[in-house]
Amino acid sequence: MTGNLTLALLIGLLYTVGTYLLLQRTLTRIVIGLAMLGHGANLLLLQAGGAAGAVPFVGRTDGPAGDGTADPLPQAMVLTAIVITFGVSAFLLALAYRSWVLTQEDEVQDDVEDRRVARVFALEERRLAAEAKARRARQAEYDDDVSEPGADGSSGDAGRAS
Amino acid sequence: MRVLLPLPVVLPLLGASVSMLVARRATAQRVLSVLVLIGVFVAALALLLHVDAEGTQVVQLGGWAAPAGISLVADRLSALLLVVSAGVLLTVLVYAIGQGVADGQRTGPLAVFHPSYLVLSAGIAMAFLTGDLFNLFVAFEVMLIASYVLLTLGGGRGQVRAGMTYVVTSLLASVLLVTVIGLVYAATGTVNMADAAVKLQDVPEGVRLALGLTMLVVFGIKAAIFPLFSWLPDSYPTAPAPVTAVFAGLLTKVGVYAVIRTQTLLFPGSEVIGDVLLVLGALTMVVGILGALVQDDVKRVLSFTIVSHIGYMLFGLGLYSVAGLAGAVLYTVHHIVVQTTLFLVAGLMERREGTSSMARSGGLQHVAPLLAVLYLVPALSLAGIPPLSGFVAKIGLFQAGLADGGVLAVSAVVAGTVTSLLTLYAVGRVWTQVFWGPVAEVVADRDAGDAVDVGIAQTPPLMLGATVAAVVGMLSITVVAGPLYGLAERAAQDVIDPGVYVTAVLPGTPTGTGPGGAR
Repeated sequence: MTGNLTLALLIGLLYTVGTYLLLQRTLTRIVIGLAMLGHGANLLLLQAGGAAGAVPFVGRTDGPAGDGTADPLPQAMVLTAIVITFGVSAFLLALAYRSWVLTQEDEVQDDVEDRRVARVFALEERRLAAEAKARRARQAEYDDDVSEPGADGSSGDAGRAS
Repeated sequence: MRVLLPLPVVLPLLGASVSMLVARRATAQRVLSVLVLIGVFVAALALLLHVDAEGTQVVQLGGWAAPAGISLVADRLSALLLVVSAGVLLTVLVYAIGQGVADGQRTGPLAVFHPSYLVLSAGIAMAFLTGDLFNLFVAFEVMLIASYVLLTLGGGRGQVRAGMTYVVTSLLASVLLVTVIGLVYAATGTVNMADAAVKLQDVPEGVRLALGLTMLVVFGIKAAIFPLFSWLPDSYPTAPAPVTAVFAGLLTKVGVYAVIRTQTLLFPGSEVIGDVLLVLGALTMVVGILGALVQDDVKRVLSFTIVSHIGYMLFGLGLYSVAGLAGAVLYTVHHIVVQTTLFLVAGLMERREGTSSMARSGGLQHVAPLLAVLYLVPALSLAGIPPLSGFVAKIGLFQAGLADGGVLAVSAVVAGTVTSLLTLYAVGRVWTQVFWGPVAEVVADRDAGDAVDVGIAQTPPLMLGATVAAVVGMLSITVVAGPLYGLAERAAQDVIDPGVYVTAVLPGTPTGTGPGGAR
């Protein structure tokens, strides 16, 4: 199968840019990144159909890559994929706008409940650490109390002995 | 009988368009949706009986023969899942109607609910039936676009935030799916699954492996397997209860079905992918259930159990044996029903308590004893307590794993056992915090304007009836476990030998069945 180098490079570029944009925290960039990735995928489908062919008229066989017309199936699939990407992008934009209206922020927000669970556990951990520290302190005090009477006792014994 | 094949796809699509026409008449919409889904259920049931008796059925759409046209294929696996999903869709629809009727006629966004719901069911049916890779992509898109609408219905703050995560993740998976379809086309020159199955045998091993693993990533995102699951517990719990229930039961299982179908048909018997599946299955089980243990929100606990139990199905597939696949099929059926039921019950609990936070609930068994029973039965089934359906499904899987005897298979069985115990702990935690203890005060509806009313002492009879029906359906899996396991075993025999599928779609193709069969 012969391929088109320009197309291949372009596909690579679109995937790179799309992936980079998708990793951003700004919603509009994510939307544009997904559109880029979608374009890259569509071009990849086209590339998968092989080299370009002749115009599909009777009697014309002089395609750039030899005889025969181009494979029509990938073109049909690309068309379907474009329509779907278009519809979903429109929905995504509407959603991003709605998010902006509600929060006045063009940023991806954290999972609220996840943050809450994490916070609860951090607090719990801190409480346990504080408790352990207090217990250690009490233990130390107790040890002191135990050892001091012991010292008194020995001095008392010494006194009694004397 | 071949007319049965397109019906589960065509009926809901027609129904959806008519439903849009009568958008202003709520009762007409409800009656229409129920009738359509009853029709789908009957058609699917007839299809299952027919397929089980006669073998795999194929319809070439538009009369174009297989590699050129689009084929609809129903084998035992897809017909069985079609029946279960139609039943679940119908039950949840009744529940949703009960909720809608009880909450008064809120027109506005709810007029979109019925058309979207029907489109969703058409997409699910198409994903199960299609025999064409690109058509599978279209089916996923139909299903997902409907699910985007259902998830963000009402457009509240939390829903938009969660919907964004869901849409972006699904869209990325779709782009990857288009990419891998393009690569398969470049390698084989076809997108018909049966044709590709034959032609992929001549493709070099490394290319095949790359394609197979990319496809596993794509459908792994949809099925929420480790490490691609983090979108699920974030997005599912924010939707209204019936929507979450149907998503939890069906959408991830469509992903699991796609994994089973593509891995067994297109890349049969690959040792590497089998091992990857076993490892991922074990990790999905354990990591998912560990996530469930720390949550406070009941719906989030349940969402993490979805993730966790997807692992069992991957494990069954990874064994690549008839027993393993039969276990995976049975587990999928069981899990669709049980997870939907649990989310329906969680919806009723939230309605009663006004919140789904465990810390703020308590003593529900004194207030609503029936609800306690409805929760306990599917919860124990999820954990795999005999004689409920979870036990039946798990014992099949574990026996298959021990029969395999490999290190990975046995470790996965161990992981599965540990996960079962931890699941019992997770659902038990919900039980002790929500149903036991002193009766908690009902929390007032924080967002009174949205589509869902909560904190109401009365449970609408239609919602309760649908939930009871779901629990009874789950119990009936136990009753018919023997015949059902037989059916799952026959389905597994069909699936494990790609030749059955290929000769049904492309009659007269000489198929060296390839390296299928036992690993």
